[in-house]
Amino acid sequence: MKTKLNTLTLVKAIELLKNKEIALDELYNDTEEAVSAKNPELNIYLKINEQAREDAKRQEAFPLAGLPIAVKDNFLTVGLETTAAANVLQGYMPQYESTVTKKLKGAGGVILGKTNMDAWAHGSSTETSDFGPTKNPRNPAHLPGGSSGGSAAAVAADMCLAALGTETAGSIRQPAAWCGVVGMKPTYGRVSRYGVVAMGSSLDSPGPLGKTVEDCALLFTHIAGRDEHDATTNLQPVPDVLKTLKTGIKGLRVGICYLDHPNIKGTVVDRSVRDAANVLERLGAHVTDVPLSDQLEKGKILKHDYAIGVYTVVQRSEVSSNLARYDGIRYGNNRGAFGEEAKRRIMLGTFTLTKGYADKYYIRAQQVRSLYIQNFQELFKTFDILISSPSPSYALPIGAAGGDPMFGELQDMLVEPSSLAGLPGISVPCYRDPQTNLYLGLNIMADHWQEEKIFRAAYAYEQVAEWNSWKNP
Amino acid sequence: MYEPIIGLEIHVELKTKSKMFCGCKNDPFHAPNPNIYTCPVCLGLPGALLVPNKKAVEWAIMLGLALGCDIAEVSKFDRKHYFYPDLPKGYQISQYDQPLAIGGRLGDVRIRRVHLEEDTGKLYHQKVDGKPATLIDFNRSGVPLVEIVTEPDIRNGEEATVFLKKLHQIIRYLDISDADMEKGSMRLEPNISVRRGVRPLGNSRSDPDGGELPTYKVEVKNINSFKFVRRAIEYEVNRHIAILEKGATPPQETRGWDEDKGVTYTQRRKEEAEDYRYFPEPDVPPMRFSRHQISDVRSKIGEMPEEKKERFMKKYGLSDYDAELLTESRGMADFFEACIKEKTLTPKTIANWVINKKVDPKSIKPEALVFEILKATTVEAVPEETIGQAIDAVISANAKAVADFKAGKEQSFMFLFGQVLKQLQGKGDKQKIQTVLRKKLTE
Repeated sequence: MKTKLNTLTLVKAIELLKNKEIALDELYNDTEEAVSAKNPELNIYLKINEQAREDAKRQEAFPLAGLPIAVKDNFLTVGLETTAAANVLQGYMPQYESTVTKKLKGAGGVILGKTNMDAWAHGSSTETSDFGPTKNPRNPAHLPGGSSGGSAAAVAADMCLAALGTETAGSIRQPAAWCGVVGMKPTYGRVSRYGVVAMGSSLDSPGPLGKTVEDCALLFTHIAGRDEHDATTNLQPVPDVLKTLKTGIKGLRVGICYLDHPNIKGTVVDRSVRDAANVLERLGAHVTDVPLSDQLEKGKILKHDYAIGVYTVVQRSEVSSNLARYDGIRYGNNRGAFGEEAKRRIMLGTFTLTKGYADKYYIRAQQVRSLYIQNFQELFKTFDILISSPSPSYALPIGAAGGDPMFGELQDMLVEPSSLAGLPGISVPCYRDPQTNLYLGLNIMADHWQEEKIFRAAYAYEQVAEWNSWKNP
Repeated sequence: MYEPIIGLEIHVELKTKSKMFCGCKNDPFHAPNPNIYTCPVCLGLPGALLVPNKKAVEWAIMLGLALGCDIAEVSKFDRKHYFYPDLPKGYQISQYDQPLAIGGRLGDVRIRRVHLEEDTGKLYHQKVDGKPATLIDFNRSGVPLVEIVTEPDIRNGEEATVFLKKLHQIIRYLDISDADMEKGSMRLEPNISVRRGVRPLGNSRSDPDGGELPTYKVEVKNINSFKFVRRAIEYEVNRHIAILEKGATPPQETRGWDEDKGVTYTQRRKEEAEDYRYFPEPDVPPMRFSRHQISDVRSKIGEMPEEKKERFMKKYGLSDYDAELLTESRGMADFFEACIKEKTLTPKTIANWVINKKVDPKSIKPEALVFEILKATTVEAVPEETIGQAIDAVISANAKAVADFKAGKEQSFMFLFGQVLKQLQGKGDKQKIQTVLRKKLTE
């Protein structure tokens, strides 16, 4: 049977198009077929770009060859309704384009559509979307994760060739792990946030999701870089991650962390990460355990338990501030349309910034945050990368979030410390349960600006491991 | 025995080309239409971020330095939250606990702090289709504002006006703002309290902390000129005293000044300070200034009014009064010195002319003014020969007067002198004429 062209990886599709072995039009046929067939059930796309094919024709000569990319609905896209999956922004047509999607288009990418997400990115399940949950393509009785659930699912379902998402603490890596795809969070300040509906301003990082590590690396090179519209982007030159991608990891110093936590120890999550660590060792890396500690101790990693509180307070304070502009006066619908989760976060964030409480909560949280930063700075003197799991479990069943206000923060506890520190990370599939078809991911983290290392390690692992469903169909 | 304790809060719109956090044009007053100088940033659209205007930061530091403040080594912006339709983000970006400058002084008044923030949009209440509506113009949203806060060292309306005039002059000297109260590029609010005096009224400045602190304060808004500042303060002080006499305490509140009726009225009660839930602005990294950068900015300040006045008095031998008038604005001072540079007239001559004739530096070039003065005051030269001829003619025609003079009558000399002047039609060097006449008469 002829391969459906929407199941190609981004890199392969670009190659085949270049050599004229396939036609872009055919690829769009196959992709649109998949979208029509599966979107009604999976609820991945909130909006499809009717002009996609037209746009593609103009983009063929560019690096991304006019290929269809799924974009999370918190990126402002001119001509395409942008809602951040929230009723308050239903019908909102942006007056300007986000820097990242502008760069994507400039590189020849085409926005196929806007994907579902937790409303305002408030969550780790995509269940809090005001437009219904997305289902996990690997097993539709389960959640895809969040908040970039729609983007991760779009990749897993071959309803695009790659996708864009955003991560505040886990929102790219966790859904990538749950959907069995690759998801990468750049260093905070590496990719512009201009034109992305703000959630946690000191944490938000737009990043790529894809079928392979190489696909993500390719997208990364096109979206990263200093933006004159975003004062928090850095002048750090963007590393040529593609150049070193396949050069192997001999001598790479790897630390395993967070697995000795009582919730993880002895579970399949623990085993999957240890198996991955063994693979890395066989490839020439030096692997060491990094034990948990409840204080700052040399050679140990600070318990992630504190990070839950820190992250909750900091993020919700920033959220309560960032949502203040949605008063319905200049754009959008009025505040009555805010969902329950958004209201909860606004209330909590307002409380933690209130006079008399700000010192106790917000300021205190920021101070503890700096302890995490110090801890990582010390660890990265002796380690090149740290590995763990991005999630404490497989994708949970639909309904698991069940209105639990702390669901997201508990789900993301393993990535909150490094996100608070602004560090980059990537999740690659590292196990698949044959019964449920659900996946686990390997989270690879590195120091600020060291995306090169995480891509290289992830690639090396992916090439010999058996969990990438596109590498080994 | 009551003592007013008055502090001032002044907002000044900087006249940078673009706004504080975006590249939009900064010219709200002259905009031909509403909402034409806007962008995602100053409209508070979803996903908008901000990039600070370097010039605005520099100018705020310059003002801080000119007011004798210490400049912070590390400074940052903070978000100040409150709801109002002219505030698109639902928070204003301002500075809370790490302002750009603190601890200065202008005359007798200490400066508490100088910081930078963004302006809000403007509301217009009018009828649309016959129904009352409020329209919002965002041309002003995001314009850079410098806020200057004084310690409560001011004791009456007159002192407030003196301070404000000095501040206004400095701001105009630095050329960082038009500081025009009518156009809204300078706004001010006095904070007024009254307490039982520690010393009799009229005595030298007393430390506001030198006695019982007032337990309340009243903020007055909507004052649109310096003269109204004085009146509003006087009105308020009297109003407070009247209440205190009755044994009560004036309520803490914000009041508005009604310039037509000459009174203040209640606008908003504030039992305690509003909670703005300040936290550091995460979208703008903190600013760090090196000593080198600060001294760089300091070198751009140039001569300030006090310095210039002193120098004018010393260098040009001017009186305090004259020097004050001539250094009133930088434009006037530069014009004056340009005239002197022509090296044709003495500084005193130019000063007298400029002051008495109320010359407007913008209306005439220095060279042109010098020429005008020369034409009006210089005596047209007459050759010696002509003078001699005229004198000879007068002597011949007035034998009796000559004889009287020779006999000792000095008035005759004046008579003969007058005749010579008549002959010469008022021209010629008078000193010279007198000398030659006297010589010829005594020959």
